[in-house]
Amino acid sequence: MTEAKEILSRRSGFSLRRFGAVLYKEFIQMRRDRVTFGMMIGLPLIQLFLFGFAINADPRHLPTLVEMGDNGPITRAVIAAMQQSDYFDFRGPVAGTAAGEEALRRGDANFVVVIPQNFERDVVRGRAPEILVAADASDPSAVGGAAAALSGIVQSAVGEALVGPLAKAGSPPPFSIVVHREYNPEGKTSTNIVPGLLAIILSMTMVMITAVAIVKETERGTMEMLIATPVRPFEVMLGKILPYVFVGYVQTIVFLISAYLVFQVPFDGSWWAFFVGFNLFIVVNLALGFLISTAARNQMQAMQLSFFTILPSILLSGFMFPFAGMPGWAQFIGQGVPATHFLRIIRAVMLKGGDIHDVGAECLALGAILVVISIIAMLRYRQTLD
Amino acid sequence: MSDTAVIDVRGLTKRFGTRTVVDHFDIRVPRGAIYGFLGPNGSGKTTTIRMLCGLLTPDEGEGTCLGLDVRHEAGRIKEAVGYMTQKFSYYEDLTIRENLDFVARMYRLDRRRERVDAALRDLGLADRQKQLAGSLSGGWKQRLALTACLLHEPQLLLLDEPTAGVDPKARRDFWDEIRRLSAGGVTVLVSTHYMDEAVQCDFITYIAYGRKLIDGPSADIPRLVGLETWRVEGPDLARLEERLKHEPGVEQVARFGAVLHVSGTDRPALEATVRRLEAEGTHRWSKQVAGLEEAFIYLMAGARDNFAGDPQGVAA
Repeated sequence: MTEAKEILSRRSGFSLRRFGAVLYKEFIQMRRDRVTFGMMIGLPLIQLFLFGFAINADPRHLPTLVEMGDNGPITRAVIAAMQQSDYFDFRGPVAGTAAGEEALRRGDANFVVVIPQNFERDVVRGRAPEILVAADASDPSAVGGAAAALSGIVQSAVGEALVGPLAKAGSPPPFSIVVHREYNPEGKTSTNIVPGLLAIILSMTMVMITAVAIVKETERGTMEMLIATPVRPFEVMLGKILPYVFVGYVQTIVFLISAYLVFQVPFDGSWWAFFVGFNLFIVVNLALGFLISTAARNQMQAMQLSFFTILPSILLSGFMFPFAGMPGWAQFIGQGVPATHFLRIIRAVMLKGGDIHDVGAECLALGAILVVISIIAMLRYRQTLD
Repeated sequence: MSDTAVIDVRGLTKRFGTRTVVDHFDIRVPRGAIYGFLGPNGSGKTTTIRMLCGLLTPDEGEGTCLGLDVRHEAGRIKEAVGYMTQKFSYYEDLTIRENLDFVARMYRLDRRRERVDAALRDLGLADRQKQLAGSLSGGWKQRLALTACLLHEPQLLLLDEPTAGVDPKARRDFWDEIRRLSAGGVTVLVSTHYMDEAVQCDFITYIAYGRKLIDGPSADIPRLVGLETWRVEGPDLARLEERLKHEPGVEQVARFGAVLHVSGTDRPALEATVRRLEAEGTHRWSKQVAGLEEAFIYLMAGARDNFAGDPQGVAA
């Protein structure tokens, strides 16, 4: 065993003993820094629960007011069906257009439904009267889902209310569209958010912790002592980075277990595909943190630069907003964000049951980003040593 | 020539951008010597030491450190040299023992346990070995740092302002230790601001603005500077000091308690001034041998003026 070590060390100058010493030291320091250690494990959980429960892209029970120009059975059926859909929560009647507008402006209601006068009579006579639904679209995503569901709800309510000889007045259109919500049949936001959240949490902690851990060494002056010893830069880098790979593993395991137990997010795909993509993603983030550490002079700067990389990961990766909805140039930038690709990998694997072939392209993209970041980082690192 | 010289470098130069921090610096340190490295802040002392121990690659110059080439054998120099940084550079969040263990592993020392135990005993910290290094006082930190950089038994010690911010008692102990090491054959290069430490050195080199102004055995420095000094005693020294500054031949007036030391390199001019003032009969004048202190005050004041000209000229 010692012979093998000897040969290895003579060939490359790499010493397992020195590398091990750096690794051990890093673990001791990590253990002593209780706050950071707690954050590394606690933060992902807090974020998982906070965002998993809090964010809902398809909100229900939106406050709604109604202006009753008519009060017949069809009208009541329409109102009842809307209430039943869970999207609308009727808070009472409103008298006149002005009062309705006032309520919308003040935010008392997201919707004001106006049933025109003689609605029932016009329906029966086949005059196709209009129900006006004024929606507060200053926040489109808040009212979008409800508005989209509305015409179907009203259609079927009116259809059911018209029986006997009147039935043909409310006849349905000659075709119907059936939408299958694949991979997330209930349209649960948490199913979409939770896997993506892993990408965000890993980007955040991995990049920041690595950058800070390395810069800390320079800032406290210990780097000077380190490089005055025979230790090789590669031994230092590897010894400092590996403990955080371990942290990434712990974070992910805790995260996946909670996601499964609390949010019932499935894991349908191949573990192998996940493992490959996940490790690539961790290494890319560590390389990015390393790159930041070559630019930052103190821990504060390292933090700020790390934060700078977080926002694109959230906003341009497809985590928060649909990737396909961005203009071409933004998609181009988004392609350069590691989280974009990991997000696709993890959604493909966890939700769509993907295997290694389904995520191959994304893994390649991560690999390409890794190569570019590493080259820049190594070039910069050489300069900072001298 | 270099068989007794532990450090022997010529023309050492380092530039950061357009700024030349160390400018064609020569130094030759004999084995077992305590070599004092003096100069104001920012004069390039730290940069020179970093080049000598392989942390920085010189832009120009050549030579050897412990017989190893400073340009191409930095890796081997690092293994053989003990370097103590200006700022405490061990891990404050590791215990004393963990720090020593770590350093021992960096040098891949055998009998690590034994060595660390012995070091802790010598340090007198065996019973506090589990204390975090960050909780030590300045003097203890400095002793820990010295112990750590001696762990691999280096033949050459490079100490960068080791006693900055350390109390006088600890400083004295520290110098006792340095002299003990030197007696044991270890060569020591130490940079300092303190005059009383300069006096402890066998050799001294003075550097300013990256250039060497003077070097030699410390006893020869005042003679090399060529300074003549008169001692003045009497009433109202403050007024006399003001007046002397404008007299011919007077290049430096330094106050030491209740006496003035008046120095200059132009002997006849200084002497003429002294005789003229002595005739006034208000003060007592006596000639005395210029000491290291006067020499350094003179060098420090002159560094600025000589910077544009030829600094080697001072060394006569």
